[in-house]
Amino acid sequence: MPKLPNLNKIKESFQKKAATFKEDSSRLPNSNGLATVFFKELADQLSSTRFFILFSLITLTGIVSFYSAASNIRGTTEDAIANFVLIRLFTTSGSSLPSFTWFLSILGPLVGLSLGFDAINAEQNSGTMTRLLAQPIYRDDVINGKFLARFFVLVLMTLALGFFVAGMGIIITGVPPTGEEIIRLLLYLVLSIVYMAFWLVLAMLLSLMFRQTATSALCGISMWLFFSIFVPILAGMVADAIFPITSNSDALTQLYNVRVSQGLSRLSPSTLYSEASVTLLSPNVRTLGPILLEQAYGAISGFLPLGQSLLLIWPHITGLIAGTLIIFGITYTLFLRQEIRA
Amino acid sequence: MHDEKIIETRELTKVYGSITAVDHLNLTIKRGEIFGLLGPNGAGKTTTILMLMGLSEPTSGSIRLAGLDPVRQALSVKRIVGYMPDNMGFYGDLTGRENLFYTARLNGIAPDKAKDKIEELLIKVGLKEASNRKVREYSRGMRQRLGIADVLLKDPEVIFLDEPTLGLDPEGTKELLDIILDLGKKEGKTILISSHLLHQIQAICDRVGIFVKGKLVAVGSISDLAEKLGSEQAIELKTSNIKAFPADEIKAIPGVNSVEFHEDMVIVKGETQHLAPKIAKALVAKDIDIYHLRARSSDLDDIYSRYFQEGEAKENAQAAKPK
Repeated sequence: MPKLPNLNKIKESFQKKAATFKEDSSRLPNSNGLATVFFKELADQLSSTRFFILFSLITLTGIVSFYSAASNIRGTTEDAIANFVLIRLFTTSGSSLPSFTWFLSILGPLVGLSLGFDAINAEQNSGTMTRLLAQPIYRDDVINGKFLARFFVLVLMTLALGFFVAGMGIIITGVPPTGEEIIRLLLYLVLSIVYMAFWLVLAMLLSLMFRQTATSALCGISMWLFFSIFVPILAGMVADAIFPITSNSDALTQLYNVRVSQGLSRLSPSTLYSEASVTLLSPNVRTLGPILLEQAYGAISGFLPLGQSLLLIWPHITGLIAGTLIIFGITYTLFLRQEIRA
Repeated sequence: MHDEKIIETRELTKVYGSITAVDHLNLTIKRGEIFGLLGPNGAGKTTTILMLMGLSEPTSGSIRLAGLDPVRQALSVKRIVGYMPDNMGFYGDLTGRENLFYTARLNGIAPDKAKDKIEELLIKVGLKEASNRKVREYSRGMRQRLGIADVLLKDPEVIFLDEPTLGLDPEGTKELLDIILDLGKKEGKTILISSHLLHQIQAICDRVGIFVKGKLVAVGSISDLAEKLGSEQAIELKTSNIKAFPADEIKAIPGVNSVEFHEDMVIVKGETQHLAPKIAKALVAKDIDIYHLRARSSDLDDIYSRYFQEGEAKENAQAAKPK
């Protein structure tokens, strides 16, 4: 906490009309603005009903899907690939339930969106934004503090959930994890955080663009549906239109068709995330694209080392991070330039 | 010291697209003064305040506020200026005290000092009992008073109040105005109040500025403004039998210009200052009962509406010229 500037001193300095242009040292901007906004927003988020509901939802579905995977894995551990039991639990689907990763890939964006969709417009509507900006803090402190607090919530939530579920897996299966498994798991959690952060900043951008919280929420949800459901479908349709596959089309056309379809669907962050998470959690995934028979010929089946798995998804990770940063950059700039109107 | 200018704007202009919200405004406010910025809605009052606060950038013109330039030294300005917007918002989920504490922290006030200060301010604005209730449950008047406490927390030199009495009941208005008057007179704060509710502001302002369509059409104390409008006085009368009103005889009194009938009221206009007693004497001599007698003119309402009409007339004349 910086000391309270001596206000009498300031008064005197004004009366003497000193320091007309220079900012005098007793009136330096409050360096604490960021921390103040951060802690206020953090407290708001953690105590909100919305957060409680979402966290319960994601935890419950996570635990249930994980539990069913754990009871299912007993059948598969009999085979040759008895390695990586712990991380395979995340990607194995149970008898009636999809896998943990599937749930997180669907609900993750929802968490990000719900944290951010009213970050700015709710304060504008309630009139607290003008009051906040009339205080002696930098404007960036407001937007940065808001983002960091929400990001911190994401980190907290993802790590807590991931570690809890992993611990449960160890107890259920009784198989101790290897070092590589732990690293893969951590990387997967970091990837999930980045993915949710992408949706968070997108939601914050929407909350800056639209005055009504309902509009920004609906717009966020439609973008989520578009990216996770329609983009893969559209990509397939476009690919089929460019390289139509008939019963007598040659191998090259089929290859191009798959390439175009995959390339287009990778424009969606959901595709990037699901490909990257599968590669991280299933070391037996050797490639993400189509592979020709002659390329596979002679390959020894086995697990990819961590470095190679990472190499495979490096573009995915950088793409997601870049997308997040770009959207945050836009939000930041728009917020700083936004004019307060009567 | 007393005539020191604390706020000075020169040719201050703000244009939003095709609308000129503030048009070459030259405004000077002295230290320790309570200044009322009066004008109809949309006259550019809030825009002016936003520019003075450094929250909005002027299109052209310059501002000096306590020697600072709000465009370049916005943070320093925000440190010494307290601003209460017309739609003052608080976090509904937090208590009044918590809301104030947040403001204190944003102003870099150490927690222990903030605690005492908040306590003192809560007592001052009369919210001590309600301070631990959530702001969501507050009435409009309580919110406004909390707003005053919020503004005072940083111990500002200059206070901007945007429509502070809007939506308050008479009692709430009176309480709020008493607090404001106290701040101005006892603590020597410079206060700028914007409002379209004239009667309320009239009582506490040292000077007023009348603002129409982004232009300041008149500035001065209320009596100054009345004088500028000319010495014509209007006297309202209600008498027992309006049909038997001796209009001709009243007209014969030296100084009387006209006698008009408005429904059950008679309005006598004239030049001299002391018309009312003369009229009263004349009527009593005629054995007419007087139920109502009031001298108009030094009333802000009149001044305001006349300046407003004048401003509009000028505006219309200008608009008509090119055609």
